[in-house]
Amino acid sequence: MMDLNRRRVLQGALLASGAALVRAGSAQPAEPRVIEMTARRFVYEPNEIALKAGERVVVAIRSLDFVHGMNIPDLGMLDLMPGKVTKLELQPKAPGVIDFVCDNFCGDGHEEMHGRFVVSA
Amino acid sequence: MQRRDFLALTALGGGAVFASGLAGCATRGDAMAGGYADFYFVQLSDTHWGYQGDANPDAAVTLRKAVATVNALEKPPEFIVFTGDLTHTTDDPAERRRRLAEFKSIVSDLKVKTVRFMPGEHDASLDRGAAFKEFFGDTFYTFDHKGVHFIAIDNVSDPGAKIGDEQLAWLSADLAKRDKSAPIVVLTHRPLFDLVPKWDWATRDGAKAIELLMPYSNVTVFYGHIHQEHHQMTGHIAHHSAKSLIFPLPAPGSQDKRTPLPWDPSAPYKGLGFREIEAEDTGASYKVSEFPVVRA
Repeated sequence: MMDLNRRRVLQGALLASGAALVRAGSAQPAEPRVIEMTARRFVYEPNEIALKAGERVVVAIRSLDFVHGMNIPDLGMLDLMPGKVTKLELQPKAPGVIDFVCDNFCGDGHEEMHGRFVVSA
Repeated sequence: MQRRDFLALTALGGGAVFASGLAGCATRGDAMAGGYADFYFVQLSDTHWGYQGDANPDAAVTLRKAVATVNALEKPPEFIVFTGDLTHTTDDPAERRRRLAEFKSIVSDLKVKTVRFMPGEHDASLDRGAAFKEFFGDTFYTFDHKGVHFIAIDNVSDPGAKIGDEQLAWLSADLAKRDKSAPIVVLTHRPLFDLVPKWDWATRDGAKAIELLMPYSNVTVFYGHIHQEHHQMTGHIAHHSAKSLIFPLPAPGSQDKRTPLPWDPSAPYKGLGFREIEAEDTGASYKVSEFPVVRA
């Protein structure tokens, strides 16, 4: 069932914003898995990322050409500055799909710039 | 009478009645109270001049046909508003200006004296509205018409879909001059509320604008961007989106991506059109009548 309340599904923190990490419990691995992603007109690569429920990951996003956006509804919004790596820490709590979209208009093709995290059990 | 999908909308003390197919149902009260007089205007939106693609193989003439249909209305509107995406985006600043110039030339055939323009993200986001301003002036402004105060809000010149603190301060200062019961119409391109954030159908700081508007009892918002008719309330404020004049988009959130609906050769211009908006009852109610690109 993919129609999930994302606030219930997801705990996360935006490292770039300096927000405090959200931790589900005390038995966390020392280092989260790091997933590298690029953003360029008009695609995220990869644009579908498989996660496991409860797994703590850091998504490291590098924009190659533009100040792209990354809006993850109910979680937050990021500006992806070219030449910088923006880090997003996620810890999904249950299976589901978490969509994200570029919300900084970047040209003819902007409307196609989507991606999603697919969280399995 | 060629009106399609007639819709009457009445704000009633914090609630709303949406009544389809009930011509005249919104009429009530003394229309001349407070010196107000009924009038109507036309909203056109999302013309995307310069678009080339399968979603509208007739794009080179769709706008011209819509202009002809508006000119043929039985009673001319008192004014016309274009709520953004006048042109389809391009990276080339010279091409952007060429498209804006062509658009301006085509709509100069409208037989209505007063035509007001707003930018969409396709017109303004890549240069923060610079080219738009050269052709049409300010991207946000106010005007008054027969007792109704109109506020055009720019939520597209910032590519991040923000109104911005400066414009919000301007909005707050303008509203401070109004009576709390003053009839107010807000024009925007993007929805001010979170319609479908995963499709970028939202304004990042739109909630701040709505918060500023909330103390005012007679506020109605007309916007574009989503290429279809849609009606939603935030508290007592009604938000009405307009159809496009280039291609329709799917119903909000109905599929993964906001891919244009395919062109139907058996029904050209299906899902496209413009609207008449008739103000009544001291700005408390509006009758919205949808029109196709070409009338039978």
